[in-house]
Amino acid sequence: MAQKRAVSDQNITIGQQLVEDWSSDREAFKNVSWGKSMMWIFLLSDTFIFGTFLTGYMTVRMSTTVAWPNTSEVFALTIGGVELPLVLIAIMTFVLISSSGTMAMAVNMGYQRQAKKAAILMLITALLGASFVGMQAFEWTKLIHEGVRPWENPFGAPQFGAAFFMITGFHGLHVSVGVIFLVVVATKVLRGDYEKRGDYQIVEITGLYWHFVDLVWVFIFAFFYLW
Amino acid sequence: MTEDNATDTEAEDHGPTTFLTKYVWSQDHKVIAIQYGLTAIAIGLVALVLSWLMRMQLGFPGALEFVDQEAYYQYATMHGMIMVIYLLTAIFLGGFGNYLIPLMVGARDMVFPYLNMLSYWVYLIAVLVLVSSFFVPGGPTGAGWTLYPPQSILEGTPGYDWGIILMLTSLVIFIIAFTMGGLNYVTTILQARARGMTLMRMPLTVWGIFVATFMGLLAFPVLFVSGVMLLLDRVIGTSFFVPEIISMGEPLAYGGGSPLLFQHLFWFFGHPEVYIVALPAFGIVSDLLSIHARKNIFGYRMMVWALIGIGALSFIVWAHHMYVSGMDPAFGFFFAVTTLIIAVPTAIKVYNWVLTLWRGDIHLTIPMLFSISFVLTFVFGGLTGLFLGNVVVDVPLSDTYFVVAHFHMVMGVAPIMVVFGAIYHWYPKMTGRMLNGPMGQIHFWVTFLGTYAIYFPMHYLGFVGVPRRYYGYEDIEFIPQSVHDLNAAITVAALFVGVVQLLFLYNLVWSLKRGELAGGNPWRATSLEWQTPNTPPVHGNWGKNMPQVHRWAYDFSVPGADKDFMPQNMPRQSFEAADVHKLDPDPPTAGPPSDDPALPPREGEA
Ligand code: HEM
Ligand SMILES: [Cu+2]
Repeated sequence: MAQKRAVSDQNITIGQQLVEDWSSDREAFKNVSWGKSMMWIFLLSDTFIFGTFLTGYMTVRMSTTVAWPNTSEVFALTIGGVELPLVLIAIMTFVLISSSGTMAMAVNMGYQRQAKKAAILMLITALLGASFVGMQAFEWTKLIHEGVRPWENPFGAPQFGAAFFMITGFHGLHVSVGVIFLVVVATKVLRGDYEKRGDYQIVEITGLYWHFVDLVWVFIFAFFYLW
Repeated sequence: MTEDNATDTEAEDHGPTTFLTKYVWSQDHKVIAIQYGLTAIAIGLVALVLSWLMRMQLGFPGALEFVDQEAYYQYATMHGMIMVIYLLTAIFLGGFGNYLIPLMVGARDMVFPYLNMLSYWVYLIAVLVLVSSFFVPGGPTGAGWTLYPPQSILEGTPGYDWGIILMLTSLVIFIIAFTMGGLNYVTTILQARARGMTLMRMPLTVWGIFVATFMGLLAFPVLFVSGVMLLLDRVIGTSFFVPEIISMGEPLAYGGGSPLLFQHLFWFFGHPEVYIVALPAFGIVSDLLSIHARKNIFGYRMMVWALIGIGALSFIVWAHHMYVSGMDPAFGFFFAVTTLIIAVPTAIKVYNWVLTLWRGDIHLTIPMLFSISFVLTFVFGGLTGLFLGNVVVDVPLSDTYFVVAHFHMVMGVAPIMVVFGAIYHWYPKMTGRMLNGPMGQIHFWVTFLGTYAIYFPMHYLGFVGVPRRYYGYEDIEFIPQSVHDLNAAITVAALFVGVVQLLFLYNLVWSLKRGELAGGNPWRATSLEWQTPNTPPVHGNWGKNMPQVHRWAYDFSVPGADKDFMPQNMPRQSFEAADVHKLDPDPPTAGPPSDDPALPPREGEA
């Protein structure tokens, strides 16, 4: 990093470095910008949001007296006469995970100060994110057509509909916010705003948020669709 | 770093100049703090008036005709929720947190002033939404501040139609506001301290606010989610929390939900919340005791670790509020144990406060009086907590006035005492004038003695078995006459205490123009907020030179020093040991680091 601290020149362990940093003045996380540290703390807080959502879902799944629907049937698509369980969700998950890949590349390009490549990769990430939200909308429409509502559900426990719409809705909202965030930052990158300021950390901050949203999806996927 | 405090681009910035940008849409943490404080006090007054109305009904049943059963429950609910969330949480974190953090750690402002400003305005919206529930058909919700479903969202509970919706909406908005502010406070403390300001040199006030805010960032999300789920249950008819219910012989459209889930989520937030209010009070009172006893705080390190320990433990004790909700005895055992373990770090703090006073040069100033009364009151409430923490003792005491007495002592009176002490202490910094002393004395003594007159007898009521949250007790056979007499006496005391708060408000206004001029450091305190070049501090806080910290905040009465206090920014003297802290290598005297080169790619990433 830019200003290497005198102590880090000697061979000291990460643990010692950590103690050094935390017992020093001015910053606990050396050379981490305010925006980035704030994003980390926000994500920690957001973890509790989704943690509570999932806890609530698991509890009502146990408390409800009606049988829980079989998810691989409910989330199946019939394509060309063949019923394919969980196919849409598999594609959605694949798309979202790929977007994490493009995001990581964008961050890398940012640090190499290749503004154009970074921006394009961010826009690709946003596009993947938007198509995820699109497929989610498709899935919602399909379930609504089949009669699933937050308060009732022809396949079994009404809590299924309630938890499904609430949790995927909240996650979809996070993805949508992320898409907007990505587009805004990418535009600014292209415009050269950060070139003038001389630092592309904002790309990394956007990336932190994006990876977090993906990670949350993995948990939702595992708990909601596979269980 | 481009945005490092030390780069200090703001030294020449004199800040906004128009009235609107300076006092209304202000991004200055000091103005935002005062906005937060005044709004919190205003809404707190509403809660105070509600408590008088409830007391009138309890002491003199039927005396006020408009206080009927429904109104009583609505007042109780709003009183509790306002006091806990909209007054105490807001004033400690949004008010004192905002004012003191940048000044005490030596920053020019919060790290993201715009977000900080938004936090206040969103908080104001939350307050307005809450207040609006007084004016909608059906009035505010009467579900009790714990909002337990199913009754909170079913017909028959006052405020069923609008009140509960507005209450939950307001809470959700409040949490958004808190998150914006809280992220700022935590980041400022971690990343924007002055040169020489290590974490272990921060005043305990900052530590208390820091730990409390961090807890808030983890606990409020849980309330957020349970609030959203309860709203969905109420508005669109999901059944997260509502089981099968027959009402008036008709089955309702709900079924299969878990009311216990709500209780768990609520108290997973609710117990940390009581410490979110208590920890800033702990921090502030530590500083006040030390300053007004002219002695260093006893066991600073222990105090810091106790704050952190209490913060962590308070996330695993929540079910002690649910001993009577129906729980596996093994869980009851677990939660009783963790609850009693929390008493250990808490007791350490109390010992340290007392040892700080021990043989100190105690000045019985008004902040000191309030601080001492905090220690007394807190010990009192903490001891009754030990009773309630044990399952077998709690079961008969649960839902009686004993619980009311406990939590009012420990989270009502005690933190409010600190709020008062802190206002008397920092008012001179905020305005340049002292608060009037004689008025302060009256305010203190009536409040202190009065609150004991109110809450002490409630322990007795609890032992007799008087249930809480009842509108009237006239026709209940097992309740003896003495209870009715006591209730009347409590009401009289409550009215006295209430009236004297108006004197306090009058004092706040009166002293603004006519208070004694305070000067920059009237209490001869060491922490940085008293070392600003201007009083009240101006935009940017420090003028041209950012402070450089050389010591902790508790160098009072140091042998060999010529004054009885050494400010944190005073260089080390010849008779002192050398500075052992390994600090940032930048030479302290050099101005802002010359044009920071742009951030190069990090190793491994390029
Ligand atoms: C050693 C310390 C403490 C212990 C062992 C303790 C224990 C308890 C227990 C077991 C209850 C539940 C009583 C019941 O409902 O039957 C309770 C209620 C309560 N406590 Fe504490 N407590 C302690 C400290 C505190 C502190 C520091 C605060 C606040 C600053 C606080 C605020 C409250 C509140 C607000 C309630 C009542 C909530 C309600 O039911 O409406 N307690 N306490
Ligand atoms: Cu508790």
